[in-house]
This record gives sequence, C-alpha cells and structure tokens, in this order.
Amino acid sequence: MREIAYYEAKFEALDEIMAADERVHLINGTFLSLSPHRHVFQNLKEKYGERMIAPPISELGFCGLATGAAMAGLRPIVDLSTGSFIYEAWPQVANEAANAFSMSGGQTRVPVVFHLFHGLRGGGAAQHSGSPQAMLWNCPGLEIAIPSSPRDVKGLLKSAVASDNPTIFVDHTRLLDIRGEVPENDKPIPLGVAEIKRSGRDVTVVATSYTVQVALRAAATVAQQGIEIEVVDPRTLVPFDLPTILQSVEKTHRVVIADETHQSCGVAAEIAARIAESGFDKLKAPIRRVSTLDVPVSYSPPLEAHIGPSEGRIIDAVKATLA
Amino acid sequence: MLPKIVRESLLELCRRMFVIRHFEESLVPLHDKGVFGGHYHLYIGQEATGVPAISCLRADDYLFTTHRNHGHLLARGAEPKKLCAEILGRADGLNKGKGGSFHSVAPSLGFLHSSGVVAGIIPLSTGTAYAAKAQKNGRITVCLFGDGSLEEGAAPEAFNLASLYKLPVLFLCENNGKYGAGRAVAAAQSSTMAAYPLTDLPKAYKIPAQQIDGMDAGLVHATVSEAVEKIRAGEGPHFIEAQTVRYPGSETNWPTVPRPTETALAWDVSSVPEKAREWYRSCDPVLIFIRELVEAKQATREEIAAVERQVKTDIAAAVEFAVSSPYPKADEAERDYFAQS
Repeated sequence: MREIAYYEAKFEALDEIMAADERVHLINGTFLSLSPHRHVFQNLKEKYGERMIAPPISELGFCGLATGAAMAGLRPIVDLSTGSFIYEAWPQVANEAANAFSMSGGQTRVPVVFHLFHGLRGGGAAQHSGSPQAMLWNCPGLEIAIPSSPRDVKGLLKSAVASDNPTIFVDHTRLLDIRGEVPENDKPIPLGVAEIKRSGRDVTVVATSYTVQVALRAAATVAQQGIEIEVVDPRTLVPFDLPTILQSVEKTHRVVIADETHQSCGVAAEIAARIAESGFDKLKAPIRRVSTLDVPVSYSPPLEAHIGPSEGRIIDAVKATLA
Repeated sequence: MLPKIVRESLLELCRRMFVIRHFEESLVPLHDKGVFGGHYHLYIGQEATGVPAISCLRADDYLFTTHRNHGHLLARGAEPKKLCAEILGRADGLNKGKGGSFHSVAPSLGFLHSSGVVAGIIPLSTGTAYAAKAQKNGRITVCLFGDGSLEEGAAPEAFNLASLYKLPVLFLCENNGKYGAGRAVAAAQSSTMAAYPLTDLPKAYKIPAQQIDGMDAGLVHATVSEAVEKIRAGEGPHFIEAQTVRYPGSETNWPTVPRPTETALAWDVSSVPEKAREWYRSCDPVLIFIRELVEAKQATREEIAAVERQVKTDIAAAVEFAVSSPYPKADEAERDYFAQS
C-alpha cells in the first residue's frame, strides 16, 4: 500500500475537499503550522484562492464570520493555528456555534470546522501549548475529531467537513512528519469509530492524538519484556466509541489512558469515568491516567518533557496495572 | 415624517407597529402572573425603527437580532401565536420552546440565530454577508443590536472584517438611551462608551455611519432604503445609529406597562400616570406615527382605531393559543442538539 507523510495526507484531504465542494472556504491558513512543509499549502492558494482569506488577528471575529457563513450554507474550515488561541474565540465557538442548532429547535445548521494544533510542541510554554479539547468536550453541540495517523487525518477531515454540525478538528504539530499507509481514493472515516492501533492481550492503553504514537513506542518497548499492550485510539471524542474500548477491556482487564490534556476534568478523566461506569466488572486493577500534570506548561525542554504523557510514564502506568 | 410610500403600505406599517405594541403589552401580565419565567426585554418604544427598516428588505435577506428580538420578528411577519408560545416555553413555539424569549428565531424569514450575548451576532452577521458575497445571490444581512453591544470586543473585530472584505451588511444600532438615561443616573442600563458619538467607532474602520432619530419612521425608512441600495450595489457595510427614548416600562429591572396603549392617547395623554406622561406625549413612536397619518390625511382616527381593534383581537387569540399550547415532553431536551446529515 502507498505510504505517505501525515502532512501530505492532510494536504491531499484539503485539496480533494476544496475540489469536490465549492461551499468549502478556508478562513486563515496555517493548516501545516510552521513546519518546513508549509510551502505545500501555497499550492492550494493558486487553485482555490477565491475561497481563501487570510483574516486579521481576530479569532473572535473570524470564528464568528465562519460560523455565520456556515449558517448561510457554506462549509468553512477556520484555522485557529495554535490551540490556545481558541480561548480568544470562546464566545463564538462555545456559546454561539455550539448552541445554535438546539436553540433554533433544530432548524439552524452550523457546518463549520474549527481547526487547531494542540499540545506540547517544544518550547510552546504556557500560552502556546494548550489542549482545549477537554473544555470543548464540556460544551454539548460540538463534535471533536482528533487524528493520530496519516490515514486518519485525511479520512476524519473529510467527515468533519461533511458533518452538518460544528466540529473541532484537533491536530498536533508533532504528527506532521509521521509516515503511514494511506490508500489511493480512501473513503472518509466516519466520526465515532475507534480503531485498535496495535493488538495486545495484557493492558489496554487508550490514547489520543500524538500520544497514540508515544503509546505505540511504549508498546514496542514493553513487548521486549513480554508485556503486550493494546493501543486503542477513539479518533473522535464526540461522538465517542465506548463499545470498542469496552471490548478491549473485556480482553485485557486493565486500562491506562494516555492523553495530553491536563489531568483534572481532562480527556482521560472522562474516558476513565465512562469505562468505570460501564465496565467496572471487567477490571482487575484501578484505571490509571497519564495526562499532562496539572501545572502551567514550562518553556525549558526538560521541564516540558517532565509534565507530558511520556513513554516512560506510560510504561510505569502499564506496569502499575499489572502489579 | 411619514415614509414616502403608498397609503396601503403606510397602514401596514401602522398595523405592524400595533402588533408589536399589543403583543408585548400582553406579555407583561403573563410574566407577572408567572405564566413564564426568566428575564425578557421589551421592544416597545423602538417600533418606528424596526418596522420601517425591516420593510426595506428583500424576502431572502438575512437578519440577526439579540435578546430584544420580539419586535424584529413581528415586524418581519413572524406569527404572534408561535412567538408567544416560544416565550412561554411551549411545544408550538417557533423553536419548540428551546430558545425562549432571548433566542427566538425564524429561519424561513431570514432570522437564523438570535444571541443573548449582546455582541454575539455582530461577527455572525459578517458570516452570512461573506456567504452571500461568495454565492453572488444579492442577499444582504441586517444586524440589529443595541448600543451596549458596542462595548464588547466582538463589535470592533466584526467591523474590521466587514470593512476589509466590503461585506454586504447593515449594522443597525438601536440606541434606546437618547437623553442619556443610563448607568450614570442609576436608571436602566445604557451604554458606557469612550467612543462618542457612537458612530465614531465604525467610522474608525472606514464604515460610513449616520446617527438618526429612530422615532421618525419616515427618516428611518429613507435612511435605511438608501443604505440598503448602496450595500446591495456592492459598496460594503454601513452603520446607522437610530436613537429612541427609553420606554418608561423598560426603565425598571422587570418590564412594566405604565398605561396600555390605545389610539386615543395620540391626542390625549391625561389618563397616563404623570411620571410616564411626557414619554407618551412626545416620544412614543407609535403615537407619533398615527398622529402623522391623520395630519397627512392618510387615515382617519376611526380607521386607525379599527386597525388597532383588529390587532388587539388577533393578539388576544395568539396569547390564548400560546397559553393553551402544551409544554414539550421532557425528553425533548435530549433531542436536536446535533443535526443528522
């Protein structure tokens, strides 16, 4: 099968989406972040420049513009660049876009995609390392897609744009150079379908975004010690595929949840609660969370590395569930 | 002055002003009796802005409004019985009782979303305008908000976007604080802006801006018509501040009706409590409008009174419909928060 880089898959998705549907507009354009590959994005401008704008630094304003345009029938993908910047647009995302369909009694559809790069990225410090998906998961009315592989970024982006609901597309800059199989003419990946990224019998590790890649490295390491980790990637938080996770827990009886949101009320906390509520009888050990520590993110490299869901912390948690 | 339109259209404007007035005067006792809860805001006193302004639009234009939306929806032709049912949280409401007074919408009339956050709609209005420009369908967007909305950062951000991209949007700011009743005198809220006059703010973003008397239906009609024509011709956004004097029933935290409206008050306000009398005498836009109709011999007092009687009958029936409408089933709360594709 064809193997390409994550950034290439993402670019391919944008290109195919723009070509297939004239309603799609790009509001702001750092979909490949500040990576060395960002020049690829220029090709889109040449083809679809009329459907792209580079707005001023006004997240609140342009997220509102995109939301209003979606209400009027366009399918905008609005790029917030760094995840923490969505806090500047919070009223439009959490209070207008998320509520419009419900408040209208199911009449006003808001097919907008809010794209952002979350998480620890190397020197982002406290204000450019945010992972707002846990807070956004607490806003009913928003869908949340969070890919971890080249195939997923392409397939999920297509489904996010096709959705009639406001969808947060949570990406991670550390994924951009990952390589993986992406079939030609691949189908969109439906929202709400988890994937087993690696099979194993001993411990289930539920991971999201870049932490899926970290968990896969941890799995390779402990495999040499005879421990078989099963890595499950929900791929979307809303809707959430609990049955696939419970099936895995039924097999392993042990769960670690590894994710880059902060620990309190974080993504891992919610997943742990759902597993405990529906799968308590399947568990032979307490659920363990490996989240970003509950502190503001420090700039200095060893400090940043210390607080994140590292391979070492995942391995420690896996072993703790087996102890 | 009267709008320069044919007599039948003038009488229709008059009828719609009465619809708003009697609809909202009917809400106050319903709330006082506990038929509905939550806060709500009256449009009374601003009828001569919303009714003529909205009459200048095409049927497919977009409108956005705020927590003070009843008047705008009714001016556009929303069914009073469905709006009333919505405010009462009933199943037959415009939005199945899920929006309530602050969030009533009618997408078939161009109202896609009403926000209870005062400036929430201003960025959204740039979005429908952006879409209409991209789709080249000639639609414009009218964004109706109060002067307090300008205090939020969303307003200047949206003005910047609208101006940069020459978007077809009319920002119609309804300032119901003429003569400055406001926080400064501990009365009902009004805006507190360093940018004064308020038109200084849009002008800083190179948006043409005018300040007009919002109690003068003819001036509103002429100004909005001209702005709409320019916007539709592709000249970009426009800002109008329409000033009105706050209805004495809206000076308190919870709305009151100092004196129910009737046509005869246009010529004799002696039955109005003294504290509110001056407003009814010189600032009530409905009474001003009907005096002008009679003075211009477009209608007799009796013809106007007949229009009003019919409206009162219709509103009474609408209220009866709403009060009789059932509440939604409780589990409706769990439906329709995601669209199915």
